Amino acid sequence: MLSKGLKRKREEEEEKEPLAVDAWWLDPGHAAVAEAPPAVASSSLFDLSVLKLHHSLQQSEPDLRHLVLVVNTLRRIQASMAPAAALPPVPSPPAAPSVADNLLASSDAALSASMASLLEDLSHIEGLSQAPQPLADEGPPGRSIGGAAPSLGALDLLGPATGCLLDDGLEGLFEDIDTSMYDNELWAPASEGLKPVPEDGPGKEEAPELDEAELDYLMDVLVGTQALERPPGPGR
Amino acid sequence: MFLAFVFSQCVLYPHLYTTEEKSDIISTVEFNHTGELLATGDKGGRVVIFQREQESKNQVHRRGEYNVYSTFQSHEPEFDYLKSLEIEEKINKIRWLPQQNAAYFLLSTNDKTVKLWKVSERDKRPEGYNLKDEEGRLRDPATITTLRVPVLRPMDLMVEATPRRVFANAHTYHINSISVNSDYETYMSADDLRINLWNFEITNQSFNIVDIKPANMEELTEVITAAEFHPHHCNTFVYSSSKGTIRLCDMRASALCDRHTKFFEEPEDPSNRSFFSEIISSISDVKFSHSGRYIMTRDYLTVKVWDLNMENRPIETYQVHDYLRSKLCSLYENDCIFDKFECVWNGSDSVIMTGSYNNFFRMFDRNTKRDVTLEASRENSKPRAILKPRKVCVGGKRRKDEISVDSLDFSKKILHTAWHPSENIIAVAATNNLYIFQDKVN
Repeated sequence: MLSKGLKRKREEEEEKEPLAVDAWWLDPGHAAVAEAPPAVASSSLFDLSVLKLHHSLQQSEPDLRHLVLVVNTLRRIQASMAPAAALPPVPSPPAAPSVADNLLASSDAALSASMASLLEDLSHIEGLSQAPQPLADEGPPGRSIGGAAPSLGALDLLGPATGCLLDDGLEGLFEDIDTSMYDNELWAPASEGLKPVPEDGPGKEEAPELDEAELDYLMDVLVGTQALERPPGPGR
Repeated sequence: MFLAFVFSQCVLYPHLYTTEEKSDIISTVEFNHTGELLATGDKGGRVVIFQREQESKNQVHRRGEYNVYSTFQSHEPEFDYLKSLEIEEKINKIRWLPQQNAAYFLLSTNDKTVKLWKVSERDKRPEGYNLKDEEGRLRDPATITTLRVPVLRPMDLMVEATPRRVFANAHTYHINSISVNSDYETYMSADDLRINLWNFEITNQSFNIVDIKPANMEELTEVITAAEFHPHHCNTFVYSSSKGTIRLCDMRASALCDRHTKFFEEPEDPSNRSFFSEIISSISDVKFSHSGRYIMTRDYLTVKVWDLNMENRPIETYQVHDYLRSKLCSLYENDCIFDKFECVWNGSDSVIMTGSYNNFFRMFDRNTKRDVTLEASRENSKPRAILKPRKVCVGGKRRKDEISVDSLDFSKKILHTAWHPSENIIAVAATNNLYIFQDKVN
């Protein structure tokens, strides 16, 4: 009963060394921070978080809570690693504020490379757009208030759909389509079909951008798939 | 020692079913409203119901053991063809309905579908049909010369579970909570971003009462982690979030309860701030007290009790395993920091209980402020032996019976516990073992 060893679940992708001192991840201002320079320590934690994010997104149906918590932790780490970089505040409506964009604001090319490759991976995920929700009076609590925030661009591509589409017959499928869906600039240019995944491709600095042709292509895809969720609303 | 618990029973799940490893992990435990029945759900989609045996005068020392009453397959693995992925059959939650007739009703849910099950007994069967013989074969009407009235004859007790309602296709995200309303006509189901209200009689539609999905998923920073109806006020419910907040909503205010009536949040302690502050503040369980005056929340390191009339901070905070605070990075690395522990009240709301690692579970007496750490393990469990309090050594010299933090087994986590509604009987799920402890009779 006694002396059971500490059992760890090691993630396969991780090649981290065991963390001997647990205190180095604390904020630099904390009295208990270890001798290791915070920037280096945070980089390891950042890599770990990116790996976790990648692993989570690779699941066929990611655990949303896990995903959100990891992304929010990544934000904190990123903010502490590059405090001088002026991260652009998220305007409303956000103009393609993908994760890659905000991370590009920092000077670390490796960060942008890994995030860009993540987004490439995400374009494989068969995402089905969510019909726009009726906005609540005061906005959902999850909305970030001002400030810069790496966004969960990935999640839009993970747009969920279930089998509840056909409640109202075929007419119901198209009821919720409106142009605001197509205004979403977050859609990666090549969401259909396979693209080879560049593994840590160096120098990938461009954020995914949409032009007219790709937007039209996406519209065709949307109309063609007929796979849109109609969420249950009041009184249905 | 304010409570002395003795070991009563331990049920090893592989004994009930096949040796399929996945299926044997208990994923939820719940007593019914009288405490007569104890239901468990597991990762294999099965529900096992235990019934407390009647205490007999002959066996004074056997204080009502729980025996298997019914077992059934509640959920099967499903395949979502649109998204091309499998839906797990794991039972996330079971909630009992109050008993209104001879049958028992419970709700069980996996990630996507809620089901209402009826569990009923049959101990008689009709015999003496006119048109059928004893084997059930039809008789030639020409051979029937007399008529008789069929009679009911006793048979061996048979407990059968039948699915009465299936509430499907209303949740895009994973269901984490279900809660029966005090009106006994409705219940709610909550997933990561939405909460739906159902009528028990209607399965093809539900009301969406909370929706925190942002218009742009990229702006998502918070998810719903748990939800529960007020035990007496059928218009009131609470839901907790991954940011450590609790919202109390009144359904009379509007159809869509995105505007909360009360908002409970404790300001962050600046001296404890770290990269993991948000993760450890994420609430994994929220429970109303039986009185309805308090709510209890569980986050990674603490259990907090809130007075409904005070939103800016909890009235009580209990440290479950504060020695883990210096280990958060390792626990983040191995994902243990994301473990979701539940918490429970005792019948009189004076003691709260929650689980920890190394098969430890903790109890806190709210009146005396005393706490105890107990362990659910076979090695320590002699019949009717009093559970010995455990202690974790945080540093310095380790005493003989103490366990050092580095020796804790993080794969042995107690996430699910239940407390009998009126007596000091507790059920503790330790991976694939169900432990039942009762308090010592003087």
